[in-house]
Amino acid sequence: MLISLFITCYNDTLFPDTGKAVVTVLERLGHTVEFREAQTCCGQMHYNTGYQKEAFPLMRHFLEVFRGAEIICVPSASCVAMIREHFPVMAADSGDLKLIAEVNGLLPRVFEFTELLVDKLGVTDVGAFFPHPVTFHTSCHSLRSLHVGDKPLRLLKNVRGLKLTELPDSDQCCGFGGTFAIKNAPVSSAMLADKITCILKTNAEVCTAGDNSCLMHIDGGLTRQNAPVKCMHIAEILAATERGNNPRDRQ
Amino acid sequence: MTVRVGDAAQALDFPEAAKKQLANAQMRRNVRHATDVIRAKRNRVAAEMPDWEALRESARHIKAHTLRYLDTYLEQFEKACTAAGGKVHWAKDADEANAIITAIINSHGEKEVIKIKTMTSDEIRLNPALEAAGITPFETDLADLIVQLGHDQPSHIVVPALHRNKIEIRQLFLEKMQLETLGDKPEDLTDAARRYLREKFLRVKVGIGGANFAIAETGSVCVVESEGNGRMCLTLPQIFISLVGIEKIIPKFSDLEVFLQLLPRSATGERMNPYNSIWTGVSASDGPKEFHVVLLDNGRSEILADPKTRQTLQCIRCAACLNVCPVYRQTGGHAYGSIYSGPIGAIVTPQLQSMQHSQSLPYASSLCGACYDACPVKINIPEVLIELRGKVVAAGDAPASEKIAMKAASFALASSHRLAAAQKLTRIAQWPFVHDGTINKLPGLLAPWSETRNMRAVPAESFREWWKRRRKDQHP
Repeated sequence: MLISLFITCYNDTLFPDTGKAVVTVLERLGHTVEFREAQTCCGQMHYNTGYQKEAFPLMRHFLEVFRGAEIICVPSASCVAMIREHFPVMAADSGDLKLIAEVNGLLPRVFEFTELLVDKLGVTDVGAFFPHPVTFHTSCHSLRSLHVGDKPLRLLKNVRGLKLTELPDSDQCCGFGGTFAIKNAPVSSAMLADKITCILKTNAEVCTAGDNSCLMHIDGGLTRQNAPVKCMHIAEILAATERGNNPRDRQ
Repeated sequence: MTVRVGDAAQALDFPEAAKKQLANAQMRRNVRHATDVIRAKRNRVAAEMPDWEALRESARHIKAHTLRYLDTYLEQFEKACTAAGGKVHWAKDADEANAIITAIINSHGEKEVIKIKTMTSDEIRLNPALEAAGITPFETDLADLIVQLGHDQPSHIVVPALHRNKIEIRQLFLEKMQLETLGDKPEDLTDAARRYLREKFLRVKVGIGGANFAIAETGSVCVVESEGNGRMCLTLPQIFISLVGIEKIIPKFSDLEVFLQLLPRSATGERMNPYNSIWTGVSASDGPKEFHVVLLDNGRSEILADPKTRQTLQCIRCAACLNVCPVYRQTGGHAYGSIYSGPIGAIVTPQLQSMQHSQSLPYASSLCGACYDACPVKINIPEVLIELRGKVVAAGDAPASEKIAMKAASFALASSHRLAAAQKLTRIAQWPFVHDGTINKLPGLLAPWSETRNMRAVPAESFREWWKRRRKDQHP
């Protein structure tokens, strides 16, 4: 199957290893991955901060880039939520019937990474090996917008050697919220402190999630405290095998 | 403009007010404990309903339909209520409502009123207006009484004194009720309140209350409560005045079936409220001999006019969204600078004030969506928050530095070449801040991040650069 990767702007810039891991997993499963180099951003930051006008051309650009792509894989639940929930609103607001039709045509082709594996490809064992205690942070968008349910957990449970420990209060937001983390830094930090307390209770070595945005926030707090927990996107765990934990090792 | 929601126009911006509240460890413990208790109860009694989601959907439909035909239903209510012996008044804003209520009390020469369950009266600052006219209002809901005696502000929509614990309340009662001794068990405190209030119930001739629902079909008003003090206020006075926001209308008596299942479960985690009072006009044999309804607009028509945010008016004030909100649970209600706090307050308050004040409130959310999931009438609060943020930006009221940053970002993201160039530029620009691959002090707009959090440095190779390199290696 030919799978088109929307890496997302912040993974591209800040977390390239996540993208590499997605490529590793999908290729290991026998699929072909393409990366359309003209891609940039879904417009989530602009849209959620009130700059809807600025988000609009980014949506148009996205539609143009992914025209004709049959399956679009996105390793970020919040970007998928942006596409699924807000692209239709922006299209409807424009009153442009062609644009509305184009967005409607796009939505069934967009999959968050774990959705793609479990729902579309029907895989829950990707052949990974990761001998570490891991806890899973359910990002708000994967929980409440995408309703991914136990899909990520099913994938993690099939990873050889991985010991999954449940995160207490897992439905609580980590406090990131995009520009919220800056505009309301003290509240955001208080929310993060609670999240970190829960993570430390699990004694996990690794905290994983389907969103690097939450993980960037959690990691920022953990490393500030010199806590012995690493943050890794779920794709990076699923990419790991006996031959190495780092997807880059195989290049 | 007329200030519409209490003192909200003078309130501190949310980030500043929140910072103050975060320093109050006792209040935070109280709020955490109380919301934990209510949330657990609510989850239990919601889960036992096989048709909970269908009820929510039904409630949303009834409310959305009513708002669509609000003019018709309001007039139907007026007609039915009048026919049953009530008198309906229309108030376009706070000043009009306060004047109407004051005039009714003055016409009977009364100098005292007892009050029950009316947040809307706090919205219009009724108590100060009454006091200015020489009329003394007594709050009779236990929590409202605690707030009134302490010259405090409510911090929760359903549990206004949630930020207080029993030790603080005991101290307050001892002082304000001039008691010699008082135990600190909940029974001791309610007993003191009962003695204090009974005397007022028997003496005062005018009662003022709010409404959970006003039924267009029958002209009835419905109030639900836990203590029975509402029942006292609704039955003992000679004159009763209901202050009702125009969004409280529901079309039919049978619609209560839906709402009286959803409201108590969502609000206090009870299957049914201990006291459910529904009355229609006046009756010769029982209750007040004179009944007034003041229908209040105070900015609601403006909200109704916007199809994107009108769902705000579906709210039944259950406060389920407060109890699940991770922001509210950290800051408590006072940070919102309004009697309407939490996620619903963050969308109600700025809109009632025509987006002229409280503009930081739509940003007082991480958009986690817990509020939307909990809302019994399915108000998509995150969607409305984003819409209101758009209004703040469109009005030119966003901070200048943010506007510049957003413009720069949209320029950089407009094409992949620009994005690639921006990535290279960031890698060069970040070097003075990077130590061991980490940034622990960010400059400018991003500085608040690094007060408590590190930031990983932008790595040497972006994904797109890696992809290009890999492709070259594979197909040299």
